[in-house]
Amino acid sequence: MTPILIYMLGLMFFIVVAAAVGFFWAVRSGQFEDLEGPAQRILMDDDDPMIPHRRLKKGSE
Amino acid sequence: MANSVPECYHCGLPVPASAEFPVKIEGISHGMCCRGCQAVAQAIVENGLQAYYRHRTALPKSALGLIPDELQKLDVYNHPGIQQSFVIAPSEHLRQATLILEGITCAACVWLNERHLQQLPGVKEVLVNYSNHRARITWDERETQLSHILREIQLLGYRAHPYNAQQQEDLRKKERSADLRRIAVASLSAMQVMSLAVALYGGEYSGIEHGMAMLMRYVSLIMTLPVILYAALPFYKSAWRALSSRRMNMDVPVTLAIASAFGASTWSTLRGEGAIYFDAVTMFSLFLLTTRFLERGARAKSTEAVENLLKLAPVMATRVIDGQHQVVAVLELVQNDIVLVKPGETIAADGVVVEGESSTDESLLTGESRPVSKEIGAAVIAGSMNLEGPLFVKVTGIGENTVLAGIVRLLDRAQAEKPRIAQMADRVAAHFTYGLLLTTAIISFAWWWIDPSRAFGIAISVLVVTCPCALSLAAPAAFAAAGSRLLKRGVLLTRGHALETLAQVTQVVFDKTGTLTYGKPLLQKTMVLGDLPEARCLAIAASLEQASEHPLAASFLAAVDRTELLAVEQAQNMPGKGVSGSIDGQRYFLGNRHLLANADSSLMLAAAERGASVVWLGDDSRLLAAFVLSDELRPEALDAIAQLKQAGLGVMILSGDGQAAVRYAAERLGVKDYCWEQRPEDKLQRLHDMQRQGAVVAMVGDGLNDAPILAGSQVSLAMGSGTEVAHASSDIILLSQNLSDVWHALETGRASISVMRQNFAWAIGYNLLAVPFAALGYVPPWLAALGMSVSSLVVVANALRLRQA
Repeated sequence: MTPILIYMLGLMFFIVVAAAVGFFWAVRSGQFEDLEGPAQRILMDDDDPMIPHRRLKKGSE
Repeated sequence: MANSVPECYHCGLPVPASAEFPVKIEGISHGMCCRGCQAVAQAIVENGLQAYYRHRTALPKSALGLIPDELQKLDVYNHPGIQQSFVIAPSEHLRQATLILEGITCAACVWLNERHLQQLPGVKEVLVNYSNHRARITWDERETQLSHILREIQLLGYRAHPYNAQQQEDLRKKERSADLRRIAVASLSAMQVMSLAVALYGGEYSGIEHGMAMLMRYVSLIMTLPVILYAALPFYKSAWRALSSRRMNMDVPVTLAIASAFGASTWSTLRGEGAIYFDAVTMFSLFLLTTRFLERGARAKSTEAVENLLKLAPVMATRVIDGQHQVVAVLELVQNDIVLVKPGETIAADGVVVEGESSTDESLLTGESRPVSKEIGAAVIAGSMNLEGPLFVKVTGIGENTVLAGIVRLLDRAQAEKPRIAQMADRVAAHFTYGLLLTTAIISFAWWWIDPSRAFGIAISVLVVTCPCALSLAAPAAFAAAGSRLLKRGVLLTRGHALETLAQVTQVVFDKTGTLTYGKPLLQKTMVLGDLPEARCLAIAASLEQASEHPLAASFLAAVDRTELLAVEQAQNMPGKGVSGSIDGQRYFLGNRHLLANADSSLMLAAAERGASVVWLGDDSRLLAAFVLSDELRPEALDAIAQLKQAGLGVMILSGDGQAAVRYAAERLGVKDYCWEQRPEDKLQRLHDMQRQGAVVAMVGDGLNDAPILAGSQVSLAMGSGTEVAHASSDIILLSQNLSDVWHALETGRASISVMRQNFAWAIGYNLLAVPFAALGYVPPWLAALGMSVSSLVVVANALRLRQA
């Protein structure tokens, strides 16, 4: 029982460090600067002109 | 009440019956209210961005103000000297600038701007931040120019202003990132230490190998180190700052608790026996960091909005060369240039008056609130406000430093001012801290005699459980939450005391023009009274109004061709009366009855149906013409006033306009209390009368003539479209331009005061209740940390209720 606990504790260090590094990276890359915009942006149909039949319709107008 | 007037498809304003501005959007023709909206909608359709209309959740601002010479001004932004202050060059040909976008109302606006700008040739990257309305744009200077980008933004109906990121802003960003990292470290550590603590507590009951327990203690110690060495640093620093200036703040007991608990736990761990408090240390740090982060975030948001507003202050000035008016960037001015400063404008550079007579408001710079009179030869300061007449100023001192000093002062004032009740809370918390340290000392001394082995644990419990965090968070958390709720509605608080005073308001006073109405009257009729032809009268009137910021001025200017304007000398502005000036050697007056003594009131009555205003034009001896102008009431005004009356508040209209116009508006709105033809000094007199009778007055206004009463009333609200003077002398700015927000502001003020009272009651009650238990040894340190945190979180959560609804 003891060796598995020691192994788990070691794993814990690893996971904590990985989580911290990940979070630090997210902060540095500016992912926390605008917390409202991205949530709304996903709803916009950015790909309208990329859908072939739509582009076709627009051209025929 | 059903409204049968069709609404503009673009901005939602009513479409005048005479308007013919259709645009075909996704196959259906929609009517627009003005040429501006038509142009914007057309531009959106032509660029294949119709989806905007499907996705938007709020209406944009009207594009009425979109006039060609506005676009002309943009060219100065291409000047390298001007770009220096806000454009950076990431590589040889790439340029990057941060712009403030005015007019962003919902997420679809962000999409519209990003999409449209991205498809322009030469534009490399566009990123619009929805929470602070700033856009970062990167472009290739070989392919496009900044003015071109700015013009495209204006064609979509938005306004872009260069934003030059200041050190302060950078600093705030860095602090926010550091706070986030600290919270991350503290929460990761706290999670691990807590789970180990549960294992250790469980182990004590069900039996655990001594070696295993020791291992877990050491792991807890190591996991706590990042919190002690990194996450909790701000507490040590703040405590040190307070102590070195011989003050007391709540970080002193916090630091003491963290340091002593960690020290004792480490000693126990190394010795191999005794209690450990690592769980309490990490949890305490985490909760404290989180509550402070939430509070600071809400405050930073309102600061950002103020900053955005302030950046709209003049970067342009009107330079006069050989009688020609030319709009240039302030940075382009050189010594001895002559600039024209219209009343209501901020003076862009230090200088000496060479023509004109006026007074300026230098309170932003000097704190002196009385207007300082200026005549030829007087020195004016950049950043001060011209109040009365147009001034021609010879530039003596340039450099953004002077203007910036004034701007920064206003911002600092808004931030530095704490509400009285919060100041009180701070003082109480400081006294409380002394008392707390003393109590802890006495209790641990007493336990030292009774049972030395428990003295230390109990001392830590008392220290942690009574931490006055909840007490010192009670007021700022409530204010920050209320502020951000109002900001979401487009109501900006610029003074610290605003919310507190709003809660006590008993009387609301409205200005009429520009506040209850749109402030954009249209010229309905011209009546010729002398021998000059109609067109000539109109040209004279428009030329006289050229230098005025009165709402009527724009309607005269809109009624004539700008190229037909005449040169005006010795222009003078008399607030509450009108304007005068010389054209071709002849002196003309334009204004209300106060200015022209022989104005015939029977003529006026005939013209004054439907609440129209009458403006008279005359020369030295006789009357030349009468102009009939009318201004529409804002559609939400009726409901807004009904709501205020229902809440038992007194409502009054004080207006500088004529009796008929004011009575018409008052009767339609159901306001019994109204006064007409009020000059600024009359308004102030009435205000003082009301205040003497014990009324707490909220003034809602927008114009130059409202500035004294805005400053004199207990709390004042200025319309977002109002003059800069009105903004500077008011406590709250209604960026939303929506009158129902007056009621929302009052309601929020009341709600925030009651939330704050609950918070104080809770914080003080909790502390008084917890101390005896901790002192008698019934509260272990981990429970103390939990209690303290829960108490703080209750306070913050209670305050956050204000953000909803």
